[in-house]
Amino acid sequence: MPELNTSSLPDLIFSILFFFMIVTSMREETLKVEFKAPSGTEIEKLERKSLASNIYIGKPTREFRAKFGTASCIQVNDKFIDVSYIGQFVQDERGNLSERDKPFMKVVLKSDVNTKMGIITDVKMELRKAYALSIVYQATQR
Amino acid sequence: MAKGKKKVPGINASSTADISFILLIFFLVTTSMNSDAGLHVRLPNPPDENIEQDPPKVKQRNTMVVTVNMYNQVLAKVGNSESKEVQISELRQLAKDFIENRDNDAKLPELHAVELPAPFGVQNITKNHVISFVTDRATNYDVYFQIENELYGAYNELRDELARKTFGYGYKQCNEDQQLAIRQYYKCMISEAEPKNYGNQ
Repeated sequence: MPELNTSSLPDLIFSILFFFMIVTSMREETLKVEFKAPSGTEIEKLERKSLASNIYIGKPTREFRAKFGTASCIQVNDKFIDVSYIGQFVQDERGNLSERDKPFMKVVLKSDVNTKMGIITDVKMELRKAYALSIVYQATQR
Repeated sequence: MAKGKKKVPGINASSTADISFILLIFFLVTTSMNSDAGLHVRLPNPPDENIEQDPPKVKQRNTMVVTVNMYNQVLAKVGNSESKEVQISELRQLAKDFIENRDNDAKLPELHAVELPAPFGVQNITKNHVISFVTDRATNYDVYFQIENELYGAYNELRDELARKTFGYGYKQCNEDQQLAIRQYYKCMISEAEPKNYGNQ
């Protein structure tokens, strides 16, 4: 029986590797807050990830507690921010989108289940003021 | 040395496949195909500070008020009936009955004959109904989300039932015009009030 030629096997695997490197994404933001999404039934997928900006809300993780306390914090782009900075954040994110995509910008609120509504309402109010009206409450399918 | 006779030994490449396999597995583990999903909501425009606005007058029978307090207890007042404490799981049916008002109940929202796009024509719908959702600043986000989920779920179920009755298939399978018509039949009217601050953060 002739032996199977496996000389192209590495190339094959490499192309699968490149495929995965392109379609998947490294987590760009390191989570600095504890975050567990709620689960619901009326969940829809986000069609285009490039239009979405993430805002994390939750308690700081253990290593940041000494510095930031245990009250719920807002994290965007790897740093903790104050509620009043949300407007600026929306402006920046909107600036990154092309002119055609600007009306379709979405803000994804990734809030921990144990957050109190006060901080979330404040964030929502700031989003309304910045005219980022299309928002998504991130959740998992129940 | 005899010229042109020296043979360079070939590098043994049989392990490249294994190496790239390991790389592949590494990438599979560390990256995420995270398909973000969630509840899509549209916020209202910001309030205009220059204009003093009176809250719009809505008849009591046209409103359903869902209130959550700082202890995460849910109170629902449907139309003209008395307010009562409810479980979150009951909310969907309450909201559906309220939005639909199939039997033209005097306690539930008024039915108006409204001209709708084809294929509905003139239909009696509760066009002035409002679902008002009041939270406290100390309400838990999970409770808020579950209630929001049930309220949007009520609309989605009604729309789906209507699509099945009219077109014979679900709302998701409808084309854009059909979805638009159905959305006008059951228009989403959830209004969120500014939260009360009884339970101080």
